[in-house]
Amino acid sequence: MGGPARIGPGMLTAGSRPLHFRFDGRELQGLAGDTLASALLANGVLQVGRSFKYHRPRGIVTAGPEEPCALVDVIGLHGREPNVPASTLPLSEGLTAESQNRWPSLRLDVRSLADRLARFLPAGFYYKTFMSPGWAWERLYEPLIRRAAGLGRLSADLEPHADPAETVHDHADVLVVGAGAAGLAAACRLGGAGLRVILAEQDVLCGGGTLLDERWTQWRNALRARLEQLPTVRCLTRTAVLGAYGHGVFGALETLSADESARFGGLRERFRVMRVRRVLLATGVLERLIAFPGNDVPGVMLAGAALRYLRRYGVAAGRRPALFANNDEAYEALFALAAAGVHCAGVIDPRPDSRPAARARALGIPVHGAALVGAVDGRHQVRAVTITELDGRPRFVLEADGLLISGGQLPASALAGQLGATLEWHEGQAAFIPQLAAASGHIAGGARGVCGLAAAAADGDAAACAVAAELGRSAAALDLPPVPADPEATALRPLWEVRGRGKAFVDLQNDVTTDDIRLAVREGYEHLEHMKRYTTFGMATDQGRIGGLVGCAVLAEARGVPLSEVGALRERPFTQPVPFAALAGAEVRGHFRPRRRLALHAWHESAGATFVSAGLWLRPLVYSREPGWAPVLAEARAVRERVGITDVSTLGKIDVQGPDAARFLDLMYANTFSTVAVGRARYGIMLREDGLLLDDGTTSRLAAGHFIITTTTANSAAVLEHLEFHLQSTCAALDVVLTDIADQWAQFAVAGPRAREVVAPLTALDISKEAFPFMAVAETTLAGVPGRLFRISFSGELAYELAVPATEALAVWSALLESGARFDIRPYGLDALNTLRIEKGHITTAELNGNTTAEDLGLQRLLKKQGDFIGRTLAQRAGLNAGERLQLVGVRPAARSARLRNGSQLVSPAAPGMSLGYLTSATPSIEFDGWVGLALLSAGRQRIGERLLARSPVHAEEVEVQILSAHMLDPENTRVRS
Amino acid sequence: MLRIPCPWCGLRDESEFRYRGDAGRPRPAAEAGLDAFNTHVYERDNPRDWHTEWWLHIAGCRRLLRVVRHTLTHEIRSVEAASQPQGAERGR
Repeated sequence: MGGPARIGPGMLTAGSRPLHFRFDGRELQGLAGDTLASALLANGVLQVGRSFKYHRPRGIVTAGPEEPCALVDVIGLHGREPNVPASTLPLSEGLTAESQNRWPSLRLDVRSLADRLARFLPAGFYYKTFMSPGWAWERLYEPLIRRAAGLGRLSADLEPHADPAETVHDHADVLVVGAGAAGLAAACRLGGAGLRVILAEQDVLCGGGTLLDERWTQWRNALRARLEQLPTVRCLTRTAVLGAYGHGVFGALETLSADESARFGGLRERFRVMRVRRVLLATGVLERLIAFPGNDVPGVMLAGAALRYLRRYGVAAGRRPALFANNDEAYEALFALAAAGVHCAGVIDPRPDSRPAARARALGIPVHGAALVGAVDGRHQVRAVTITELDGRPRFVLEADGLLISGGQLPASALAGQLGATLEWHEGQAAFIPQLAAASGHIAGGARGVCGLAAAAADGDAAACAVAAELGRSAAALDLPPVPADPEATALRPLWEVRGRGKAFVDLQNDVTTDDIRLAVREGYEHLEHMKRYTTFGMATDQGRIGGLVGCAVLAEARGVPLSEVGALRERPFTQPVPFAALAGAEVRGHFRPRRRLALHAWHESAGATFVSAGLWLRPLVYSREPGWAPVLAEARAVRERVGITDVSTLGKIDVQGPDAARFLDLMYANTFSTVAVGRARYGIMLREDGLLLDDGTTSRLAAGHFIITTTTANSAAVLEHLEFHLQSTCAALDVVLTDIADQWAQFAVAGPRAREVVAPLTALDISKEAFPFMAVAETTLAGVPGRLFRISFSGELAYELAVPATEALAVWSALLESGARFDIRPYGLDALNTLRIEKGHITTAELNGNTTAEDLGLQRLLKKQGDFIGRTLAQRAGLNAGERLQLVGVRPAARSARLRNGSQLVSPAAPGMSLGYLTSATPSIEFDGWVGLALLSAGRQRIGERLLARSPVHAEEVEVQILSAHMLDPENTRVRS
Repeated sequence: MLRIPCPWCGLRDESEFRYRGDAGRPRPAAEAGLDAFNTHVYERDNPRDWHTEWWLHIAGCRRLLRVVRHTLTHEIRSVEAASQPQGAERGR
């Protein structure tokens, strides 16, 4: 039967096959259909972990995702996954799990000493105790605390193939959360009205509370059959709705069953993003604990959980359990256990008498009315409980091996809270009832305080009618079996805490006791949100589902105010822990973000390129797979000495057309474009409205009302957004159309002293120095392809850029290579491009870093004196023109053999601890001996000629450098004009 | 997550849009001076109320939308184009 505590056939395990699993190295057997928790209980394993702070032995407290204690490490094929609730983890063949937070073993944990030292470890202890000496926190205290605290361990090894996960997008008219009595009734009604419905249920099957009551079997089966026939209803079991994000968007985690997982290639989870018009929350209720000394000893379990373990898995929570409860529903566990032949030790109920108490007595179970549990005997398992009078005087000791507890039920309001529900205190149920504005969503059944299954079913139906009416639908009542009547109940007696000697826990996961809350109040942390942060109450992964209200009540009592004034913990997404892998879905590793490939990607690859990610693009870095600078310098040298060709298609390209195009560009750029002649290009800089540089690039005028803008690769999206925003807001009256043509046009730079001879044969155009001077532009045929020719240069050499439709890229590129063959033309990559531009003192996003102004980079002459432009006014602020600002300069090491590093700090030898600036770009040089670099240096232009130190503490390097003008190569621009 | 009903593209996720701030603060005139531009760029109200703001549908039609949203409930009361595309009537 799979374990000694398995006393009958469970709904989920009846007749199923045995499964083998390991827990802390022990070989155990369970049944298909079990959770790890039910299988452990069936084997009599009560202690499954150690607590977070005091390392106290802990057992299984709940039978659902609200579990605070039974968190385990699961050791799978792809490493160790921590903090998995055993109460929801389906048992599978070969499952290997380990308890957490214990060393060396679960039974003997040396750090449980913390429990004995508790008076020295009060709430907030690390703010108080570990204050001095100052150095000790980082080196001594924190490492020790970190090792002692915490839960599971994440495995550090990154495997190439972790378990796959996927993301699915769902759309529906109505999302019904929870498939208990209310949810099933609602889904039937909504589906009957023809609405598209998603019924999401976190359990492995639909039914909720009806699964625990045999009288509801017929009704439940009839509704499930009806739902299967409704074509517009989808029932998603094992699907927990984790978050409500507004505007009808919900996030849900579907955990696949073992069979389904096998069918989908090992897929474990689906993260579902649901977009719906309406939501109906039928999330039911949660049972809460009672705080009393020893309420965390293994064997103390919520009564409702014990009922679930028996009904669903046939597992008894003890051979001789006692019940401590203040409400009628909790007795159901006792009656079910008694009916299954378990001898119950007795009932402790603070109420003098009740209807179920009479029934229990009739069954021969001793009932102790007007009594409390004042203490629990046993450390690794409950052995006995001390029964006291209501005033705390001991009555007698009752032997028991388990204690089922229940402090009442309260609405599961996490999602309602996220949707902005207000909480209304309900005295009769001693619970907060969530209220939602109809525009935000509807709540039905136990989730809004309705008591009893029959009442919940009726409430779910009524809420569904209201939702259908909002969506303009109506549905006839369904022909369904009658619902069993709800039993009459004796009123609950609110009970939060039994005070006594020993720790009474309100937060079992974070080890927060009632005394911690009182301490927080004494120290001034009276507000719930302050107390929460001071004690960490409700901040664990379970967010205080079963003890949250109890802690609030203890706080209210300590402050001497009503509980309704204290309020309840705010519940946030996610409603339960989610593996990061499930959120990431398929967007991992190579799919982490999109990759854009150049039109010539295949050519670059076959030419041996090493690629680098630039923006989303894959750009050739160097045409070599060898490390080191030699291949880069060979490419750069070809450009300086002969000719090279590079693919610059990643640059942003925006087509600007319209009668007002020139006026628009005059406003967007700091310099003037209306004066650029047709057939000419101009270098321009664009500012943000705050006066700092946004981007730079050349803009070419093809016709009076037609310009082509180029942007840097990194800023292309930002520039397009900037232009569109201003065109449609600031410049709404201008007649201009922007078109992003970055993907449609490929662009190549041919650079070097022989560039003209390479390009000339491809075009009928006269491209002589006189006919096609520096900054000339023409639309022309290039190697038989209609394209555009620009005489612009980034390398500092004579250069042309050819733009052709991307579909023709290979033909034109090949024609250029063929034409250049006689000069031994070489393709060059981003590294060589960088070497060339650094020598020339041209800037890229290393210098256009969002902190620099035109003045800083020596571009102040470009700022037009006449007319408005974006950023003009704020660029004149004194602080942006202060002399000590970092300015662009060139740098060379004094010793030619020394290397430079990006990020090195520039310091004066007299004050080596004070940074004056830093290197932004550095490269070995072709033109000069040794390395050259660009730097941003305080008052840099006035320091030209000085000698400073370039320090890189992380490399333990210090190099003496000479400060130069940034225009190191050909400052008169004779080469580009040649 | 907001879902914004774009007049051209229909109901779309927030992730397709770029938030461009308060739509009730037009750019000052060219000669308005440092203080006016300083206020325009840096000073913002933080209302718990209806708020008119710019959303640019950058991953869709690239139209700029003037959206009236409640900052507490995220309810969207109205969405309209910032401007009519110039030249649209000429079919360009």
